[in-house]
Parts: sequence; structure tokens; C-alpha cells
Amino acid sequence: MNPELQGREFPPTEPYLVGREKVREFASAVFSTSPLNFDPAAAAEAGYPDVVAPPTFAVVVQERTLAQLLAAPDAGIDFSRVVHGDQRFTYTRPIVAGDELTARLTVSSVKTLGPHSMVTAESAITDASGQHVVTAISTLVVRGDE
Amino acid sequence: MTELATLTVGDVVAEATYHLTRDSLVRYAGASGDFNPIHYRDAFALGVGLDGVIAHGMLTMGVAVQPVVEWLGPRGVVVDYQSKFTRPILVDADHGATITVTAKVGLVDDDGARIDLTVTFDGATVLGKAQVRVVLATA
Repeated sequence: MNPELQGREFPPTEPYLVGREKVREFASAVFSTSPLNFDPAAAAEAGYPDVVAPPTFAVVVQERTLAQLLAAPDAGIDFSRVVHGDQRFTYTRPIVAGDELTARLTVSSVKTLGPHSMVTAESAITDASGQHVVTAISTLVVRGDE
Repeated sequence: MTELATLTVGDVVAEATYHLTRDSLVRYAGASGDFNPIHYRDAFALGVGLDGVIAHGMLTMGVAVQPVVEWLGPRGVVVDYQSKFTRPILVDADHGATITVTAKVGLVDDDGARIDLTVTFDGATVLGKAQVRVVLATA
């Protein structure tokens, strides 16, 4: 992997419009039973404008930034050797249906551990008004030849 | 519902068991957009050195937080959630895979609590340092 990736900032992704049915579909896929994820009336009662996305939903938006990283011609990352090492989400507020989200990726670190490389990618996700919603941080391990 | 401040470190707030099948993996692939074939094609998974089709790490992470979300209900929100992926979950084509989640209070402070998750499959933990920070909702 190219060590010069460290510190690189990528251009913002195209806005992602969070749909109510997408939230429901994702919630079903992670075995959620929370009425806030499915029922707009329950969400409204709790003070939200529409259904609330599960805590890991931000990965759907973050994935677009990881695609930017893997596609960078000088990154030297072989996708077939990539393993997800760890993941973190830090929220300012929950994502709700109707949000229009934009993600900006920064490569916060690139490390080498023997034959393997580790890249930490930090995606700051903001809403249509530019307010921070969530930062998603992934560490990807690129396996080298043992 | 009790306030979070009444929690004691070590309290188990939720426990749950989930059964993942190949259908679960396909459903998650579609919902998340992660179509890596290691999550649904045996030959491909074996070809890259795995013992078979494995669950998405993000599916495991997504499922594992649900007992906390259910326990919390609308009174609170998850403001931080992190995990390491330490061991893959092999999902058998016929029998699937059963995972168990235990959610225990790891820390309590003025603003909320940290809930620590233990997620096991086949007698071993599959997530490392799986921690959920929860606070009371302000919405």
C-alpha cells in the first residue's frame, strides 16, 4: 500500500437521500424490532421527523467513501486481500429518513505490520445543512504474502 | 423505565440469541450494498482461504447492538459504537449459525453509560472490544 495515502482527503460523495423503505429494509436485515425503525408514528412520538435508522446504518453511506479509497489509482490496495479489522461510529444525532447525507473521507493512518498493511479511514458524514451527523471509522487490513 | 444513572457496573441489561442463515446474509447484502461473494458463494469463499461462507462483520455488529437498542427503547440513543472483528462466523448452508449476545454495563457517568457486548459463536467470542455508548435522548 502507498504510505503517502496517510493524511489524504477525498472529495465529498454525492448526496445520499435516506429513504424510509431503505431504513426499514436495513432494520429488518439486522433483526431490529424497534418501532422507531419501522413506524413513523412511533418515531414522531419520540420526537423524530421520520423513522430512525439503526446504529450501523451509516455504513451504507460510508461504503461510498471506501469505494473511493479502493479505486484510487495510486492506493495500491488489492480488494481481494482486504479484511475488515475494526469499525466505529460516533454520532452527533441519529440518522432519520429524509436526511440527505454527504461523506468526506480522510485517511488518518497507514501502517505496516510485517507483510500486512493497515489503513484507517475516517468518513465524516454531514446533513444537507452541513451539520455533523456521524463519523464512521474503519480499519482495513490488507493481507500481504506470508 | 429507569434512568441510566441507576445502573451498576456489571449489570446484564440484555441477552439474546440470533440464528443467522444464508438467507440472512443475502438479505443483509441487499440492504447494505455489500455484495462480496465470500458472504454467499461457497466456492469463492474457499478459494480465498476461508473455511466456507462467512457472515458480514457489519451484519454481526449490526445484530449485536439490537438487544441494547431494545432495552433502551425511545428514552435513549446510541451515540458511539465500536468493535473489532476478531473471528469469522461460518454460516452453514443447511444449519446456519447461532450467535449469542450478552450486554453488560461497563461504565456509568453523568451523561450516560457504556454497555459492553460479548458476542459468541460456537463457544468463542467473535467481536473484540464491542462497546456501545448510550445517553438519554434529547429529541
